[in-house]
Amino acid sequence: MFRLFHEVKIDWLGKRRFFIGLSIVLMLAGMGTALYRHRFHPNGTDAFNLGVDFKGGTVVTARFKQPPSVEVLRSAIQTAGVSDAVIQPVLDRSGEFLIKVPQQGPASQSAPSQAPAQTVGVDPARSKLGQALKTFGEGNAEILGTDAVSAVASSQLRTQAIAVTIAALIGMLLFIAFRFEWTYGASAVIAVFHTVLVTLGLFSIFQVEINLTVIAALLTLVGFDVNDSIVIFDRIRENRKLYRRMSLYDVTNLSINQTLSRTVITSGLVFLSVVSLVILGGETLRPFSLALLMGILFGTYDTIAVAGPIMVWWEKRLASSERAAGAKVSAGPARNAQRAVGKPSRAALAREQK
Amino acid sequence: MKKRNLLQRAIIIAIVTVVGLYIVVGPHGRRPHLADLKWSGIKANLANNIHLGLDLRGGSHLVMRVKVEDYLKRLTEDSAVAAQNAAKDSGFEVKEAHAETASGSYRVLMTISDATKVKDARDAVQKKVDLSDNSGWSFSASGATMAWSLSGAQQKVLGDSATDQAYKIIDSRINAIGVAEPTLQRRGGQNSHEILLQMPGISDPEHVKQLLAGQSHLELVHVISPPSPQPAQNYMTKEEAIASLNGGGNIPANRRVLPYTEREDLTTTPEQSANAPKPKKWVVVESPAIIDGIDLRTAQAVQDRAGSDKYQISFSLKKSGADKFGAWTGANVNEYMGVALNDEVKSIAYIKSQIFDQGEISGNFTKEQGEDLALTLRSGALPAPIEYSEERTVGPSLGADSIRSGVRASLLGLVLVVLFMLVYYRGSGINAIIALLLNMVLMLAGLIMFGATLTLPGIAGIILTIGMAVDSNVLIFERIREEMRSGKTIPSSVEQGFAHAFVTIIDTHVTTIVSSMFLYFFATGAPMIRGFAVTLALGLIVNLFSAVYVSRTIFIWLLSRKGRRAESLSI
Repeated sequence: MFRLFHEVKIDWLGKRRFFIGLSIVLMLAGMGTALYRHRFHPNGTDAFNLGVDFKGGTVVTARFKQPPSVEVLRSAIQTAGVSDAVIQPVLDRSGEFLIKVPQQGPASQSAPSQAPAQTVGVDPARSKLGQALKTFGEGNAEILGTDAVSAVASSQLRTQAIAVTIAALIGMLLFIAFRFEWTYGASAVIAVFHTVLVTLGLFSIFQVEINLTVIAALLTLVGFDVNDSIVIFDRIRENRKLYRRMSLYDVTNLSINQTLSRTVITSGLVFLSVVSLVILGGETLRPFSLALLMGILFGTYDTIAVAGPIMVWWEKRLASSERAAGAKVSAGPARNAQRAVGKPSRAALAREQK
Repeated sequence: MKKRNLLQRAIIIAIVTVVGLYIVVGPHGRRPHLADLKWSGIKANLANNIHLGLDLRGGSHLVMRVKVEDYLKRLTEDSAVAAQNAAKDSGFEVKEAHAETASGSYRVLMTISDATKVKDARDAVQKKVDLSDNSGWSFSASGATMAWSLSGAQQKVLGDSATDQAYKIIDSRINAIGVAEPTLQRRGGQNSHEILLQMPGISDPEHVKQLLAGQSHLELVHVISPPSPQPAQNYMTKEEAIASLNGGGNIPANRRVLPYTEREDLTTTPEQSANAPKPKKWVVVESPAIIDGIDLRTAQAVQDRAGSDKYQISFSLKKSGADKFGAWTGANVNEYMGVALNDEVKSIAYIKSQIFDQGEISGNFTKEQGEDLALTLRSGALPAPIEYSEERTVGPSLGADSIRSGVRASLLGLVLVVLFMLVYYRGSGINAIIALLLNMVLMLAGLIMFGATLTLPGIAGIILTIGMAVDSNVLIFERIREEMRSGKTIPSSVEQGFAHAFVTIIDTHVTTIVSSMFLYFFATGAPMIRGFAVTLALGLIVNLFSAVYVSRTIFIWLLSRKGRRAESLSI
């Protein structure tokens, strides 16, 4: 039998200071970069490299039979009256360019009565770029696709994206609280939130574009990451029934170790699928696949290193405060009795830990 | 293990597999024939059965926003004029009336000379103009100034109905243009005023866009001028026109100053007329218009004269409009009337005799311009201008590229996962692979059955599902290994492994399905993302069948062949 981890006895919780410290450093690095970029705009960058979905503007994908140099293309686009275009050759397909044009502001309002049907929503950048491309000869250049989003729509999408992410986190919290306990839910959600922050931080550091698909990737991560935590929590729940005398600290370590090979294999397999997506998925999906790639790495780490320790620490605090409350606990015998069936009471656990 | 139980399971699996396969690669809506079994037949059927999203098949995705604030502004302005006229008609001395529209507040303000008559004036106005409390206008007065303001709730109601009206008009325009398989829907909540239009196959939507947003607001207006035979009064500049009103630079509420493009000399060639700047003049017209575009019955583009390449629009009015128009023209013989299109006077003519329902707009249109204009006129005037807030287009070659890279990435992911499972779990790896393939087939079948669209992020969802689907098998297999290590017999290890892992699998699946539900319900603005959520959720639901039920059946079958003496299991 080919086995990855055999009888591992790693004291994960013992290393909690190191892990939590590392997590904080990672989060601070990402958030610090974002803040720094937000404040000082080095090289014209911003906190996040937002795509047109969230910032407004136009992206045009164009393909040339005989591709010109980026400089020639840029000057042709400027001649057509489009300023600040960012031209980016597509890496894995020669002759293709992504031309990104920021929101140009309201179109010239010189004669509003003349053209009441004029759209002030999205910019007319597409038609202007179309003219620029025509200068390279008939049939040489072709517009493959465009994405244009107005400023209003993009700010709506931005709000929506943040709302969805937070709603999903709350949904997870409620579900885990329902299946396990509040503390479990909270620790899993804190761990996931940490992954989301670290991933966003990396996106800020490397200035990878954030678009709608990245939000989809982040939400997938939320689900995927919570999955990992649930597998461990499930095992903790089971082990607490089996080993009544063992402390929560040891049970958690044991459960993490018992599920370690599953955690690593599954993450590894998803990682393999995502790597194939990064390699072959094309330019459109690259930010999406990169978000998943980073998220899966950190998601695996944080279930082991973050969710467990937080949960144990929290339960311990609750147990000690329950004990401090002393007689009050016995005021709710029914609740205690119920708890004793499923899970040993916290006070009892704390006693065991001593 | 009971033989009957096993047989029953095998039959269920066989039926599900065959049905699933048929849904995915079988012909729909006709009887299958032998050619369907060929590779090319399978490919053709697959392509027929799966709804590809716009990002894969090519097309445009447009989001329009109805500018309801413009609609409400116009409504308030019209009400102000009507209120002033109504008060004057009832014998009140109106000092001044105007509309005040700023940042979400719409108010009609009117000042009369006698503050004691405010109540009577209010009654007189509200008898003729719909400014009552019931229609959402709340009245207040201070001194001789009366104010009606439109309530927030009513603004919502009116905005919503304007959006609905715009939706219907856009719908009829799309049908008139003849776009194939369009999807038109109102998007977002009640207050979003957004309309989503998807047009597969159209990767350059410029022309359609112009047609849909075409305002084509047609009015027949009374031009303020001495009557014929004097020539129609016009002015060289706007300032001159305003000065003629003696309003001290202000335009009274019952007048409008509009540009007037004089009809060019028909003897010039089209090239000359296109190059020569059109002489623009200004005219003063009465407000409100005699007839609004809403009263239009038909409109056609017709040649100016036989053989000409210039077109004009001939239109006729509906009954209600014709009555109004007939009454007005009957009473105003020799007065000048103008045809205004989008707040620009296109032609001016004097009334020779009473006219009822026919008219022309001559504007030296080309054939295409004329037809486009007639189309937008026929479908009715949009209640408010629309703007495009999102425009996404995908050309057919980009879509094909995306499919190719998506399929390649899926296959690579599948191969990597399959290899790992075979190496790591050996015999049982085959079990997992069977489950995984069945998972793929059933997921596609589910997509087809629900008529869901497969988008590029949807393909990414499939790839992710490959990874997550084997997770169930990994959980089960790892658990079986553990049970075996703890010294249990093989049949009981398998039993226990499934039983324990099942709880975890349900928990993990439900969480992921919950998060994809959030994606689905919140991503109203992004059909692409919804496609992703649907594939992911479907993949996980069928995974319960493939990874738990089917895998388990395979184990039962393996163990039943070995009988009670089962001492080894390739896992």
